[in-house]
Amino acid sequence: MSSTSKKYHPQEAAEFVADNERAHWHDKALWFVRSKRDKAAAAVPEWEALRETASQIKAHMVAKHADFLEQFEEQATKLGAVVHWAKNPEEHNRIVLELLQKHEVKRIVKSKSMLTEECHLNPFLEKNGIEVVDTDLGERIVQLRNEPPSHIVLPAIHIKKGEVGELFHEYLGTEKGADDPDYLTEAARHHLREKFLAADAGITGVNFAIAETGGIVVCTNEGNADLGTSLAKLHIACMGIEKLIPRAQDLSVFTRLLARSATGQPITTYTSHFHGPREGGELHIIMLDNGRSELRQSDDFRRSLSCIRCGACMNTCPVYRRSGGHSYNNTVPGPIGSILGPAMDAEKHSSLPFACSLCGSCSDVCPVKIDLHHQLLKWRGKIAERKLLPWTKRMSMKMASIVLRNTWLFTLMGGIARKVMPLMPRFLVYNRFNDWGKQRDLPAMPKQSFRQQLKKRNDSQKRDS
Amino acid sequence: MTHKSEILKALRKNLLPEPALPSLDQEWIVYEDINAQFEQSVAAVGGQCHFVDNISDVQTRLGEIEPYRDGKKICSLVNGVEGNVDLDQIDDPHELEDVDFAVARGHFGVAENGAIWVTDEHVKHRVVLFLSQHISLIIPKSELVNNMHEGYARVKHVGGVFGVFISGPSKTADIEQSLVIGAHGARSMNVFVVENV
Repeated sequence: MSSTSKKYHPQEAAEFVADNERAHWHDKALWFVRSKRDKAAAAVPEWEALRETASQIKAHMVAKHADFLEQFEEQATKLGAVVHWAKNPEEHNRIVLELLQKHEVKRIVKSKSMLTEECHLNPFLEKNGIEVVDTDLGERIVQLRNEPPSHIVLPAIHIKKGEVGELFHEYLGTEKGADDPDYLTEAARHHLREKFLAADAGITGVNFAIAETGGIVVCTNEGNADLGTSLAKLHIACMGIEKLIPRAQDLSVFTRLLARSATGQPITTYTSHFHGPREGGELHIIMLDNGRSELRQSDDFRRSLSCIRCGACMNTCPVYRRSGGHSYNNTVPGPIGSILGPAMDAEKHSSLPFACSLCGSCSDVCPVKIDLHHQLLKWRGKIAERKLLPWTKRMSMKMASIVLRNTWLFTLMGGIARKVMPLMPRFLVYNRFNDWGKQRDLPAMPKQSFRQQLKKRNDSQKRDS
Repeated sequence: MTHKSEILKALRKNLLPEPALPSLDQEWIVYEDINAQFEQSVAAVGGQCHFVDNISDVQTRLGEIEPYRDGKKICSLVNGVEGNVDLDQIDDPHELEDVDFAVARGHFGVAENGAIWVTDEHVKHRVVLFLSQHISLIIPKSELVNNMHEGYARVKHVGGVFGVFISGPSKTADIEQSLVIGAHGARSMNVFVVENV
């Protein structure tokens, strides 16, 4: 699936749901993760206080964003790290490449970083002759398949073990037909250990950057970020400027929320704190803006900067679960991606805020209390204002507006519909103009309108009394 | 204008109301039996927890653990626990690729999630914590805390010192959500909580 494809979410999703069995399997897999999250959250009596506290910490950070960034740079520099600032992905990628070239790096290992996905760093480095190996197992799987991740925490959630088996048979020489996750993971372990040992540099993302101390924190379950950064001498950490937290002690709140919200674990296996480079090594931290400072200026969408990328909103989203991450055509899919995507490029991602039933489940599970479904609704208004709606939606909304504003017209149309609809042949009701009716039937037409029914009821009550 | 000043300028464009930083001194979870909770949490994250009296008990128990007993290369960073790899004699951390078992000291353990705080202070090559096939961490029994808030209150972030919370062995569920222990790092994690250190 190419990232430059111009298709809207409904078309992309249609491809995914065409395989009914897989769509249901995907839905169940994510609901399983959501259920684990529920259990983990319920086991913490102060869960709501944690969410509220996290939300307040991030709001404070965003209010004083520039100050905290400066403080972070000052502290990190004192520790011997080098901080770089990048306005956009091109700038970010150029900094990475220059560092790698300066150190004559030919092979790098990378732990999971949605930011480098956002910057399309891999193809850029490969074009410049550098071997990039994603070391998170899920990310390695999608990398070998030449696909983007379909989920920010579970990159290969859309892929079945049989497909992983085939892939590993081709690339890692595993037995044909083998699909046992233990066996396949063991094969990946051997394959990736070779890569760790051969790498000249390690690139990681950043989960939290501490303004107070100048340190960065990276969370993994596999230990890949640690292996990638403690063998080679060069460590490049790539972060969005929103990853800041003011105090080291704030980590106590976020480490309790992150893994529980993401996968239902009480904490990630490895929560690694880097304060400056290790002896004889170099640590470079690249801070990327890429539209984040603009997002901060918006009263409507500022709170999306609080996101800690746990993925809970996607796991719970009925649309995400049934349409797959690739249907969003954005680095970050799901509810939060449907807010961040249009903020980056409203035209390209104009369909995303509509890939939502406004059920509000995302806002309920969000560990930092982002008002996701409210923001999605706001985006819909903005997209309509900017005239980015497809004409079918524009026309139908215009018609609905006229009908709903005129009582007489509404009554008339209702009357006609009740009489005519039951008589119409199926193809006239269910055709390409009726998106709503693609996979479901309209309810049967009632004999009487609501008003008629109410009047009848009131009349009979009056008679009785 | 540099990128830095451009970004900072954009971030200072509008003045926002500053909600106060919340106090972290709140009513966080405290366990009636902190030892039992810690043991349960370590098991839940895929590790094994042993309560022992002293370091020589650790040595005895390790002798019953197959990867330690049969391991060819053992790296011990704990006085009183036997090993045969001396980190200080090794210049290139890549030489540690075939270490079978590592034993290290943890500073404290967290009951709510089984995490143990480990730093690379006095550890020449921290990669041994991640590259070894199996790992064992040793903490004093007096150093168990209830939750992450109590935990972080004990952490001192020092320049050049790497610190990590390790909770159980390395794991992944990236293939169809099936939990597999031993992704890249340690295949097993034995935690020893020692009464008299």
